[in-house]
This record gives sequence, C-alpha cells and structure tokens, in this order.
Amino acid sequence: MTSVPIADRRARVSAYTQTFMSRHSSMVPTFAAVVIFVLILIGAQIHFGEFVTPRTLSALLLDNAYLLILAVGMTFVIVTGGIDLSVGSVMAFTGISCASLLAHGYSAAVVVPAIILGGALIGLLIGVLVQYFDVQPFIASLAGLFLARGLAFVVSLKSIRVEDESVLWLQTTRYRFGEWYITPTGILAIAVAVVGALVMRYTRFGRTVYAVGGSEQSGRLMGLAVARTKVLVYVISGVCGGVAGLVLTAYSGAGYPRNGIGTELDVIAAVVIGGTLLTGGTGYVLGSVVGVLVYGTIKTVISYMGAEQAWTRIIVGLMLLMFIVVQRVIVVRAERRR
Amino acid sequence: MERPLVELVGATVYFGADAALDGVDFQLFPGEVHSLMGENGAGKSTLIKALTGALQLSSGEIRLDGAPVRFHSPHDAQLAGIRAVYQEIDLLPNLSVAENIALGSESRRFGLIDRAEMRVRAHAVLADLGLDIDPASLLGRHSIAVQQLVAIARAISTDVRVLVLDEPTSSLDQAECTELFRVVRDLKARGVAIIFISHFLDQVYEICDRVTVLRDGKLVGEYLTRELLRIDLVHAMLGRSADKLRTRSRLHVVDGRREPYLSARSVSVGSGIAEADVDMVEGEVLGVAGLLGSGRTELARAITGIDRLDAGIIRVQGAKEGIGGPRTAISLGVVYSSENRRAEGIIGDLSVGENITLALQAERGILHRIRPSRQRELALSWMEALDIRPRDLDRPAGTLSGGNQQKVLLARLLALSPRALVLDEPTRGIDVGAKVEVQNLVGELADNGLSVMFISAELEEVLRVGNRVAIVQGGRIVDTLPSDELTPDVLTALVAQPESER
Repeated sequence: MTSVPIADRRARVSAYTQTFMSRHSSMVPTFAAVVIFVLILIGAQIHFGEFVTPRTLSALLLDNAYLLILAVGMTFVIVTGGIDLSVGSVMAFTGISCASLLAHGYSAAVVVPAIILGGALIGLLIGVLVQYFDVQPFIASLAGLFLARGLAFVVSLKSIRVEDESVLWLQTTRYRFGEWYITPTGILAIAVAVVGALVMRYTRFGRTVYAVGGSEQSGRLMGLAVARTKVLVYVISGVCGGVAGLVLTAYSGAGYPRNGIGTELDVIAAVVIGGTLLTGGTGYVLGSVVGVLVYGTIKTVISYMGAEQAWTRIIVGLMLLMFIVVQRVIVVRAERRR
Repeated sequence: MERPLVELVGATVYFGADAALDGVDFQLFPGEVHSLMGENGAGKSTLIKALTGALQLSSGEIRLDGAPVRFHSPHDAQLAGIRAVYQEIDLLPNLSVAENIALGSESRRFGLIDRAEMRVRAHAVLADLGLDIDPASLLGRHSIAVQQLVAIARAISTDVRVLVLDEPTSSLDQAECTELFRVVRDLKARGVAIIFISHFLDQVYEICDRVTVLRDGKLVGEYLTRELLRIDLVHAMLGRSADKLRTRSRLHVVDGRREPYLSARSVSVGSGIAEADVDMVEGEVLGVAGLLGSGRTELARAITGIDRLDAGIIRVQGAKEGIGGPRTAISLGVVYSSENRRAEGIIGDLSVGENITLALQAERGILHRIRPSRQRELALSWMEALDIRPRDLDRPAGTLSGGNQQKVLLARLLALSPRALVLDEPTRGIDVGAKVEVQNLVGELADNGLSVMFISAELEEVLRVGNRVAIVQGGRIVDTLPSDELTPDVLTALVAQPESER
C-alpha cells in the first residue's frame, strides 16, 4: 500500500530532475565547485579542529577581494570565448598610479576615477584589437599585459606608501557582526559580483555576451550588437582591473609595480574552477565567486599546515586539470546528443 | 495585379571576379508562397542574403513597398519585417529556447529582461507551431527538428512581413512537415509573403504559388506552380547549354566482360546513400545524374573513403578493400575532387605550384621530400598539359579563375597517377569555355585507361561525358544506363520522376 506514494514521489523527483537538467545542465560544474568548497571546509575543520570560524571566513573574503573583482571581469571575457591576460598588470599599473598620484597630493576623489578610467582604456585597446583588427584575444591581451606592466614601471620602480586616509579607510574599517567582520573592500567586491551577476543574467548586453560565446555568427544574424559587446567585455575587465588595483593598494597600504605577476593565471584558474567553459558560451559570475573562494581556501589550508605555498599552485593545477577534463566530457556528451 | 511587397531589380552580387548573382529581377507579393529554385551555386543563397541584409548588392536595388531600401545588416532587414530561417540553424544552443525566440526583441523593465514574460511569450508562439516544449530548457538539448521549429518560432514571433525559409524541411519528418505547412498556410492567410526554398519538388508543388528559377546566378524565369510541369521545372533548373564540345567518339565500347577497377556493393552511409552498387571500369566515364540532395555527393564520398561506410563492401581490382580514409583510397589509386572547390580543394594562399604538388608530397611522406627543382618541373609540366593560365607557378592559387582552379585541382590528383578518378561537380561555377575544356580532358583521361566518375548537375553534360549514367534519387541508385540509350529529355524525366511513381 505504502509503495504507491513512494513510487509516485520518485517519479516526481525524477521529473523534477529532468526539468532541472534540461534547464540548468550548464550549472553542473558550478555545483561541483560548491561541493568541493564545502568538502574542503569540512576536511579542514576535521583536520585542524578550528578552521571554519567567523574569523577565517571573514579573512577569506578580505584577503581575496581583489581576486574576486578580477574574476568577475574575467568571467565576462571568457564567456565570450576570449581571454584577458592583462588583468594582473593592469591591477599593478592602476595600483601604483593610485599610490603615486596620492603621494603627489591629488585628492582621492580625482585619483580613484582616474585609475579606473586608466584600466578601462587598456581594456578598450585590447577590445578594439580583438574586434576590429581581428587579433587573437591571447595576443591582444598579452600586448596589454606588457603595456600595463611597462607603464607601472614608468610610474615608479619602487613601492610607494599610501598615506591618504580615505583609501586606507577602505581596508582599516571593520564592520563587525559579532565574530564576523567585513571591510569596505569586501563590500566593494561583493557589490561588483552582484552587479556582474545581474548584468549577465538580466540585461540584453549580458545575454549577448553568452550569445557571442555560443555562436558569434548566429548572434549577429539575430541582430544583437556583437561587435560592441566584444569590445565592452574587455573594457569591463579593464575596469575590474582598476578597481582591483585600488583594493590591492588599500589592502597592502602601498603601491608596488611588481604586484600581481601571474595573478591573471590565478584568476583564470578560479573562473574555470567556478564552472566557466574556456571555449565560451557557458559560465556564471557566482560560479567564479565560488572558484575564488575555493582558491583562497586552499591557500589558507596550506598556510595552516605550514607547508610551502608552492603546494597551492600544485593543488590548484590538479583541480584545474580535473575540471577541464570534466568540462570536456560534458561538452562531448552534449555534442553527441545532437 | 497588386503591388509587390518586395522587389529586386537588376540584383547583382560579385564575389571577387565571379558574379554570384547577375542582374536578377524578383518580385514577392503579400500572401503568397514563392519558391526559389536552382541547383547549388545558382544564386539562391546569395539572393536571400542580399534580401536579408547579410550581403550588400554590388548593383541593382531592393524595393520595399515600391520604395528603394538599403539593408546594411540583418538587423535593418529585421526592422523592416524581413525574417529568415536558414538551413544551418542560426541559433544559440547555450541559451534557453525562450531566449532564442525573444532575444533582440525581448520585453524589458527598467533595462532588465523580464524573463517570466519572455517565457510566456515563447510558450504562446511555440503553441502556435504545435510544439509543446519547456521554454526555459536549453536549446542545445533538443533535436535538430525541434531547433528548426524554434528558429521558425523566432522568425514569426515579431511582426513579420516577409519570411524566408531556406531548406526548412531537410531535417523534419513527415508529421513535422505537415505541421510546418499548416503554419505556412496560416501565415499566408495573414498576408505574410513567404519565400520557400526546398530541393524536394513534391513540397514545392504542395505549398508554393509561384516559382522563380535561377541558374548560374541568372534569372531563368518566373512561373505559376500550377501551370508548370514538373519536367519543365527541372529543365529550367538544370539548363540545356548549347556549348560546343568536341564530340568524343563513343567507338570505345566497353567490353562487358572486363573486370571493373573499383566495384562497390550495397554501400550505405547514414541517411545519405543506401545500398548503392557502382562499378568503375577502366577507360570508361561513369556519369552520375541526380538532383541536389539526391545522394550524388554522398555516393562519391562513400567510395573514396571520405565518409565511413555503415554497410557494404568495396573491391578494388577484385580484392576486398577496407577503405578507411582518403589516404588508403589514394594508395589504392582512388582519388576524389570535392564539389566544394574553395573549402575542400584549393588552398588559396599557397602558390599554384605548391597546390599541384601538395598531394604527391603528402603521399610520399616527409622523408621523401621532392626537390624544389623537381617540384617546379612537375608542376610546370601539369600546367602545360592542362593549359592552366596564367603560366605562373608562384601566383597564389586563390587568385585564379574558377576554371583554372579546377584544373589545378585536377593536376594535383593526376600527379598521384590515380587509376580511378571521382569528380564531384568539376564544372560548377566555371565559365563555358573552361567547362568544355574540363569535359574534353575527362574524355581524354578515360581514353588513356583511367576510370572516371563524373558527377554534375547539368544532365546534358553528364550524358555527353559519360559512357554510362547512374541515376541517383533519394539516396539510391535507381538505374544505370548506357548513355547512347538516353536523350537529355529522357534523362531529365528519369531524374525528375517523383519517387512515388516509381
């Protein structure tokens, strides 16, 4: 007697799963990232006894705020099927410019918009190269990488300390909720992620980003603004680079032209771990947020263990490999279905 | 008669030096279903692309409601109510069905897309098409047929005045076709003008009011479907060119007892070709006649190892051979020249000389490099033998005319000293003089002992060049007849015969 409702419930669950898969199959890698994040937290908690505390988790956001901001911009670019290698250098350039301009006595109200504009301009340059000169995104953003790094050294060869109250305020202020705390940089990072996620999901521009990644040709035939979108994603990434420069400068209390060497690769790794396909067309800003959290947690775990930070790279590398293989499997299976 | 909704006057489009569309006039009236007919390369796609803003006219003009218009992009044309559904589905598999229908004209509130509203609208349009699928599901998870219908749903979801359907039925089954035709009639009743392109003659006769026939980029004529005999339509499409050909002596009668060089039995590949039996005999040209989509290309690809066989066996000189790919085929002396010269033949950026020696070098392998001097000598001798102009080995092959490119391709294959040559539409898109040269060349090659398969959309040409003619229809070889027993009219009738009457 009781078996009927159970079978019924099973059928309902399976129907629900089917509907879900037909709608959101592309979210599976992102869920995998969430699961891994939770597993790492549980594992660390068991191993260290005292890992999942408000203090560690608050610090996680604080320490990785700049990475999170860069990852949001990178998600836009990668979903179109492009790549932006310039973000680490752009962050260094805008960071050192910020410190230098403040040291020269300009007000933060002038400096902050200026450095964000600087990041946007480098992004614009890359976007124009990609769209109108048909340069591979890899090469165009590599040019951006060298350009921004060079400019950073032109601004200063040495680290410049920041004395400006309003910039330091971003980092030193702690809004506390019991044991939890958050800094303005953390709020900024969360705001960037939320705005990014909303734009990707609910605006025509955001959907065009996906369309470009799915099939540029089809997008164009649908009458979508493909060219503008392809340029804009690099501008967005550049803007994120500028904001990240500001955040990193506030975080370290100084600008340094050698900041962020190799950061672009960390960002790409975090975005891919978060479930964004490098071939474009699929990915979520919130997935990238999870990717950054996974990355940051691994770093924290390694330092808790007192091991070499090189292990972070090794583990992230292995995870990346695993994720890319999983993604390929999903893509190949989707293609076979057609 | 009422005023046409859309009119093309003297429409001309150049691709490089070749005119893909040459002074074509075309009229489309509201509430009619108008078929555009023609073989591959006749200019149908070019006309459609010009009309939908994907291409610009080199000269001539488009008139909408009698007033000249210029469409600089597909978007312009869409704003004017001209929508197209292409043969290759131009949708986004990574987005939802609803987005694929609505994107570009979605309703927004405060700049944000109203996704719920979008789904409701999509659901209504899909229901109109008799399609019950979840609008929020990803497009890529549906079958090609459903995706095709979604593409149509997208086209009719806005205020559409002209709907272009380019081969919409090629992936639909019978029931889906019926459903589509119901929608087409419905739209027609609403006053929408529909351009319907299909290579299924039955469907053209079922749904279309008028037919415009194109050939080699030129207008052949415009007819009322009900007044046009099927056979006359095929005539108009395939043409009866009166070019002069050095008549090839048919004295060379093939000895019936001779073993074929290549013989294929019950060859099947996917849905393209089924249970085909072919013999390629030395010294003989086997013509293959069939309409677009009949399976003529699939046949060629099957026996030359390009496509993997699902069933059937191929014997070369009596020995059973598993032709696993083009490399094996070449080593057995069986070579293929694609109908798609630009994409699957000539490498435009390489020089003529390199193009000629490419396959030979690949066949020999990297360790047996042909010396540059020998390469030039070889290429030059082929250049002279086939009269490739201009006589410049270093010129990029892409800059040659179509006819000379075809000869370069032939030279490349002949350099391999093949025994069996499969030529898929070697005369397509080349001028009349070059056509005659290629035809004569094929005859000479056969006289020298090669077995040649010659595929062409021009039936007269097939008859003239071929010793025997295989007639392909609906993926089957329906008959193989000696060409002296056929006249162009008889062959046309055989090719055009509907399957149901067989």
